Amino acid sequence: MTAARHDAADAGILAVRDLRILFPSRDGRDTVKAIDGMDFEVKVGETFGVIGESGSGKTTLGRALVSLLRPTYGQILHDGTDPATLGSRAFRQHRRDYQIIFQDPNAALNPRMTIIDSVVEPLEILREGDAASRRRRGIEMLERVGLAAEAADRYPHQLSGGQKQRVNIARVLTLRPKVIVCDEVVAALDVSIRGDVLNLFADLQREFGLTYVFITHDISVVSHISDRIAVTYLGKLMELGPAEDVVERPLHPYTRALLSSEPIPLPSHLRVDRRIILEGEIPSPVSPPSGCRFRTRCPSVQPRCAEDVPAWREVRPGHLVACHFATAEGPPADNQQARSAS
Amino acid sequence: MATISAPEHVRSNALQNAAGLGVAGQPLLDVRNLSLSFATAGGALPVTRNVSFSIAPGERVGLVGESGCGKTVTGLSLLRLLPTHSARIEGDVLFDGTDLLKLSPRRMRAVRGRDIAMIFQEPMSALDPVFTVGDQISEAYRIHFPASKAEGRERAIAALREVGIPAPERRCDEYPHQLSGGMRQRVMIAMALICKPKLLIADEPTTALDVTVQAQITDLLRSLSERTGTALIFITHDLGVVAETCTRMITMYAGEVVEDAPVDDVLTRPRHPYTSGLLRSLPGLSKRRGVLASIPGRVPSPQAMPAGCRFRSRCTHAAPGCEADQRMIEIEPGHAARCWRAPELALAGAVN
Ligand SMILES: Nc1ncnc2c1ncn2[C@@H]1O[C@H](COP(=O)(O)OP(=O)(O)OP(=O)(O)O)[C@@H](O)[C@H]1O
Ligand SMILES: Nc1ncnc2c1ncn2[C@@H]1O[C@H](COP(=O)(O)OP(=O)(O)OP(=O)(O)O)[C@@H](O)[C@H]1O
Ligand code: SF4
Ligand code: SF4
Ligand SMILES: [Mg+2]
Ligand SMILES: [Mg+2]
Repeated sequence: MTAARHDAADAGILAVRDLRILFPSRDGRDTVKAIDGMDFEVKVGETFGVIGESGSGKTTLGRALVSLLRPTYGQILHDGTDPATLGSRAFRQHRRDYQIIFQDPNAALNPRMTIIDSVVEPLEILREGDAASRRRRGIEMLERVGLAAEAADRYPHQLSGGQKQRVNIARVLTLRPKVIVCDEVVAALDVSIRGDVLNLFADLQREFGLTYVFITHDISVVSHISDRIAVTYLGKLMELGPAEDVVERPLHPYTRALLSSEPIPLPSHLRVDRRIILEGEIPSPVSPPSGCRFRTRCPSVQPRCAEDVPAWREVRPGHLVACHFATAEGPPADNQQARSAS
Repeated sequence: MATISAPEHVRSNALQNAAGLGVAGQPLLDVRNLSLSFATAGGALPVTRNVSFSIAPGERVGLVGESGCGKTVTGLSLLRLLPTHSARIEGDVLFDGTDLLKLSPRRMRAVRGRDIAMIFQEPMSALDPVFTVGDQISEAYRIHFPASKAEGRERAIAALREVGIPAPERRCDEYPHQLSGGMRQRVMIAMALICKPKLLIADEPTTALDVTVQAQITDLLRSLSERTGTALIFITHDLGVVAETCTRMITMYAGEVVEDAPVDDVLTRPRHPYTSGLLRSLPGLSKRRGVLASIPGRVPSPQAMPAGCRFRSRCTHAAPGCEADQRMIEIEPGHAARCWRAPELALAGAVN
């Protein structure tokens, strides 16, 4: 898929080791376990998709991956280096390789600055080149993301949402990062231009050998663009595997339910109505359920699920799951089905 | 295949829906040539033009289109909820034969909440933080019907149970901030349905919710509508939600209705190039890691709306003839599109 895939066999460009990130809750009395133990690696040149419901820790993870947040416990290695061990000067240089783009296309753009000024601002902060060469590089990038040079001297309010999101991409690309974390970058865009932006990401990856961590709650987007997909629930990974496998043959009851909840725009005669409607909503990360944290909503729950935390097991090659009862065949049958079958 | 003007199309469309027609053979809601503009510092800003559609009793209609095309303002104008000092509304909104736009403010208040109810994307802004949810639901009933406090409470509890809230007797005495997002949306639905309205307008009611909760809410709306016969206008940008919840889909573009058709028909064979473009842009329906379709260009701004077909600058099928104003053309019974080429074009849908 990507140019750099051949050397992806060795350790990842991002390595997450027993990551935990805790916050004091708003009233200061409790601890929010936003990330409560995650282990995985992201390979050079791949698109690593992260899906999960609101509050499952996706944005916290994304911010930690690019050193905007420090792990409370555990480590995140960048190409083998722990950025927390770098001096401040080396850290600044290092960080430009690991960038993040957020959902709101307006957030990173100053409404009183022209587009080109916003695009070259990070270079200016790093004092790279002179004003003329920065501008040249900025314009080049704007053209690269499909914006005409005349957009350069406009202001954000004169652009559409999709165009503003392109400006954000150009702004990050001028730094020539190795890794870009995309946090819900297409969520705010209309479908008609969403395809444009996703195609652009794919082109840039081919061209620059970029590695993406693509965070979204839109299953169709994540399954379209990812090489591998990780599924988060309440601060932990439930499943991780090749995108096609996760989407076509999921192993975890949560993934199965999530996939079946996605509304599909097909006419009724082509829709297989196998919706699994989960009850309730994601519990609070202050006091996640004991044992398996999905058990309060799991249609396959067993007594054991309240007692033991499921191990993180490789059930198929490269395909991991955290469920006591998942097998290479798939997730356990849900209790209702099992009952009606017997 | 007849070429007819918009009001005629609306009438014949209502006939096509004969199965869902009321006793009098009238549509429940008949919107005719609704045009809306806002007074701004820079003069009048036209926002919608000649929006016409009709809805039969119990019918569920999805209103789709990209951001800013006029979905919300159309919903709000049906209930006359737009700011009166700046919004100018033309056209007719016939509800059960009565033109709502001509009602006195007092009679309009009697319709609002009782015959037609509306729910919004962000339930927190519509709920009052200082009253319990039970009091608010009860009040929504007692505005329109004489009932004691005790009866109001009973009805509120029943309504909460109906929308699937566990332990409704307890929840009834809680405040909005004590509920989760999905639960609040259920409360909004309970409140909207407490007077058994004939029409519910739901404006992106699931957009802020997780997919698993969205599935709960769309299921609830569909089954309530099936059970109680409440008609539904479902405003959304999510074509999947429309496919699973609605019977008909109306596509809007740049302030106009461009297509109006039964859901299964339009998904299989859209007749307007814009609808086809929307369907083809959905990543779920295209090859994994393949190039995604998109619609080039952007929606023209209301200040610079071109003459003729408003989709022309982005349409790959544009031809001489498209610079003329387009009317809704009925291509087959119940399926109309605002494109003179619609009858001859073979456009891709959600399935190929
Ligand atoms: N700075 C903070 N202080 C306290 N709690 C926080 C902080 N940041 C995040 N949290 C909490 O941590 C949990 C995970 O939040 P996070 O934003 O990472 O979730 P998410 O998966 O990105 O959700 P969404 O899909 O809504 O963006 C949530 O319960 C959130 O309220
Ligand atoms: N009170 C107002 N005054 C002036 N213009 C308005 C007002 N309300 C809405 N508009 C304009 O009317 C147009 C249609 O807005 P509307 O909110 O109906 O769009 P929409 O289709 O619901 O979009 P979205 O999907 O983003 O909700 C927009 O251009 C909007 O800026
Ligand atoms: S461990 Fe138990 S509760 Fe958790 S996913 Fe598996 S079956 Fe469900
Ligand atoms: S009228 Fe012409 S420009 Fe408009 S949608 Fe039809 S073919 Fe395209
Ligand atoms: Mg987030
Ligand atoms: Mg709206």
